[in-house]
Amino acid sequence: MAILEVSHLKKSFGKTKVLKDINFTLEKNEVLSIIGSSGSGKTTLLRCLNFLEIPNGGVIKVNDEVIFDSEKPEYKQDKVIRENRLNFGMVFQSFNLFPQYTALDNVMLARKLKAQNNFKAQKNFNIADLKREFEVIRVECEGLLTKMGLSNRMDKYPHQLSGGQCQRVAIARALAMKPNILCFDEPTSALDPELTGEVLKVIKELKEEKMTMVIVTHEMEFARDVSNEVIFMDGGHVVECGTPDEVFNHTKEERTKQFLGKF
Amino acid sequence: MDTFMEQLPIVVNSLNIGFLQTLKLFFVTLLGALPIGLLISFATRSKIRPLSAFFKIIIWIVRGTPLMIQLLIIYYFPGLVLHQNIWGMAETGRFNASAVAFIFNYACYFSEIFRGGISRIPVGQEEAGMVLGMSKKDIFFKVKFLQMVKNILPPMTNEILTLVKDTSLARIIALQEVIWAGQAFMKGSQGISGAIWPLFFTALYYLICNGILTIILGGMEKKLEYFK
Ligand SMILES: Nc1ncnc2c1ncn2[C@@H]1O[C@H](COP(=O)(O)OP(=O)(O)OP(=O)(O)O)[C@@H](O)[C@H]1O
Ligand SMILES: [Mg+2]
Repeated sequence: MAILEVSHLKKSFGKTKVLKDINFTLEKNEVLSIIGSSGSGKTTLLRCLNFLEIPNGGVIKVNDEVIFDSEKPEYKQDKVIRENRLNFGMVFQSFNLFPQYTALDNVMLARKLKAQNNFKAQKNFNIADLKREFEVIRVECEGLLTKMGLSNRMDKYPHQLSGGQCQRVAIARALAMKPNILCFDEPTSALDPELTGEVLKVIKELKEEKMTMVIVTHEMEFARDVSNEVIFMDGGHVVECGTPDEVFNHTKEERTKQFLGKF
Repeated sequence: MDTFMEQLPIVVNSLNIGFLQTLKLFFVTLLGALPIGLLISFATRSKIRPLSAFFKIIIWIVRGTPLMIQLLIIYYFPGLVLHQNIWGMAETGRFNASAVAFIFNYACYFSEIFRGGISRIPVGQEEAGMVLGMSKKDIFFKVKFLQMVKNILPPMTNEILTLVKDTSLARIIALQEVIWAGQAFMKGSQGISGAIWPLFFTALYYLICNGILTIILGGMEKKLEYFK
């Protein structure tokens, strides 16, 4: 059973149709890479999955459960969207770390707020329980940063970290929310070449651990290496999809050939 | 009464009382105008067009006309036109009217500062909060607020120092603030008349007050230098 099923996804900005009928599925524990030229709608697709944009059409299913259906207004309610978007994690090109918090606090913030809000919703809550919960979160988040190779940088602020370190903090921050599917939007394109390696290494390690991921990337070598599936997008359509071997070595579509020829 | 040393305690006592009124107006204005200014800045950023347009026009009018006129209108309009005393009697009435005029005026100035401070925060901050499932409220208070404060401190410091001096405008409706108190000794009060030197003392009060505020606000700016 597919963990993610996207069907007939459409998104326009005003009159510009950016996504025109996107369909794909993703199996649990697999990695999907999305490639395509600039402006083909890759970022927009990820933003639709995370509900940073509300799609104009289509259905999104996670674990066979509908989490978005453009025909049904209830899926567009703020509360429903906030809940459903936690199926996905998002790692941005520009990290978007919170500058006023340390690396560890960046990772813990949303988890703590969630715990706190759950507590407040209970009738008679007890502060000691919340404190204990916070402690659990801290240990877990320290573990995540350690896994990212940042055990000695936890109390540093983002401006004291290198780009590669920032991106690894951002990955830990996304993982802290325990998403079913982790999305990356060109996670290394804001980095100096010598720093991309450390981030790509972390993503490969996540693959070993069976994290389900969707990765938009311009690093063709990496896509070939890490993915189970590759999608080539052009003009708001999925032009070609298949295993890395199929897409890179036995390319069918002319447009894909042209695109890959540039690398 | 003739010697300076005899007059000094009388003058200082008077000025102290006046300055207390100045400070009261200052703090009441600050306490009222900061939150109201923040609300107005939200309104001007609202997607509801009529709401944002309405407040933009209000801000335009308030910033485009002298505070002194606003003060005179707010103080006299209810009595002269509506024939109702809504401000209360004597000094209390003058203070209430001044407070309302100052809060209204400064809220508009502050709202523009807030608006600038919020709009300078990259959209990525809000989006990062959203994808982590944070509520709008949490995103504002836990993510954006401190960044906004850092952004607005320098212009806010200017505006607050101006506010200290602007409180003297309430003199126009005879609020008994520190300049009123100093001027009294020119006209004649408590046996002292024709004295200009109390006005120099008055100026000293403003200088000391603004000196202290500069140190406090500068300290806050320093404190927020721990992040970029
Ligand atoms: N908020 C928006 N409003 C209007 N147009 C937009 C908006 N966001 C994206 N677009 C347009 O949609 C198209 C696809 O953009 P998108 O960012 O998804 O492309 P991309 O494949 O990620 O490109 P790149 O490789 O350069 O990152 C572009 O033409 C862009 O101008
Ligand atoms: Mg993009």
